[in-house]
Amino acid sequence: MADEAIKLGGKKRSVFIDKVKEILPEGGNLNLCLTCGACSSGCPATGLEGMDPRKFLRMAALGMDEEVLSTKWVWMCTMCTRCMYVCPMKINIPQLVFNARSTWPRDQRPKGILGSCDMALRNDTCSAMGATEEDFQFVVEDVLEEYQEAQPEFAEMLAPVNKKGTEFFLNQNSREPVTEPDEMVPLWKILHLVGADWTYGTKGWAAENYCMFLGDNDAWKHIVEVKKKSVEDLGCKVWLNTE
Amino acid sequence: MRKTFGDPVAEDLRFVVKAVVGEENFIDMHPNRSNNFCCGGGGGFLQSGLPDERRTYGKLKADQILATKADYAITPCHNCHAQIHDLSDQLDHPWQTVHLWTLLCLSLGILGPNEREYLGDDLKDVDVFHPESSNM
Ligand code: SF4
Ligand code: SF4
Repeated sequence: MADEAIKLGGKKRSVFIDKVKEILPEGGNLNLCLTCGACSSGCPATGLEGMDPRKFLRMAALGMDEEVLSTKWVWMCTMCTRCMYVCPMKINIPQLVFNARSTWPRDQRPKGILGSCDMALRNDTCSAMGATEEDFQFVVEDVLEEYQEAQPEFAEMLAPVNKKGTEFFLNQNSREPVTEPDEMVPLWKILHLVGADWTYGTKGWAAENYCMFLGDNDAWKHIVEVKKKSVEDLGCKVWLNTE
Repeated sequence: MRKTFGDPVAEDLRFVVKAVVGEENFIDMHPNRSNNFCCGGGGGFLQSGLPDERRTYGKLKADQILATKADYAITPCHNCHAQIHDLSDQLDHPWQTVHLWTLLCLSLGILGPNEREYLGDDLKDVDVFHPESSNM
């Protein structure tokens, strides 16, 4: 008779990885790891916090929830999905990381991401820098007017706001209207030259969504819904996000 | 781009970049396409208050860019732009980091003097559209 198998972590094991398996298609293949290491060898986050994707997955599989759910490494994996791409078993490590993020007490998650998410929740622009509907419209109209005058070839160029029924609803990263408005112009010029039918919306114009990175599912959903509603209320056909 | 829309759309973008800068001036980094590495700006890393770890993560990307010996790195989104710009900054600017729209407008001859923040000295004064409108 063989000796009794080694037991890890006592009776109650692996609550976290089991929960994640339940919500992912095919369980994210989370129990199919061959321990080959292809994931870790091409992961730029390997070594940070003494962690790497294979180790993270193996620790979760061994039920080491305390370590897995407390390592700061989950904020250093960018969820880029390269590991999953090279994995022979297509194991969804980035989703495991995302779900680990979302178990952190909200106020202990990285302040910068938290602050950007909370700022975006403040008003319907969804701007992580807190730019309001009025701020945005003012900057766009002001910059457009300057360029129409200074570069007469573009006197007819438009940067519509809240125009109904256009082909494209264009999002804009907050950084431009807030800190470098001139950087919006080259894109407007290209859209003008190709004759694109497009608009910004005062609601939901901001392209970024830090609530997703924060692992805050409800807030993430809220942000996406506000943006979606804005696109629908204007009756635009295609929602273009440049992020 | 590659992650969201897949390699074929990234291939279209290569066509655009080559058309804009000239085939002979386009250098792909290695590895590329779906084997490429994330720059480290994504997933909220830029805002996470972990600059040392973020730069360590980005070293792989910085080395990739340096290996091309290219003067310009074109980035597709703001996260990448901010991160790759910062990586270059840390190394005393061996490359410039630009948005594609900047190069598109430059190649069309419609890039004004105030739209050149990210061009290097080699291109800052090239073919300026309405130079008199500088700092209007
Ligand atoms: S690449 Fe996949 S199978 Fe190989 S160690 Fe990583 S997760 Fe496991
Ligand atoms: S998703 Fe995370 S673990 Fe996977 S390769 Fe990217 S950074 Fe590494």
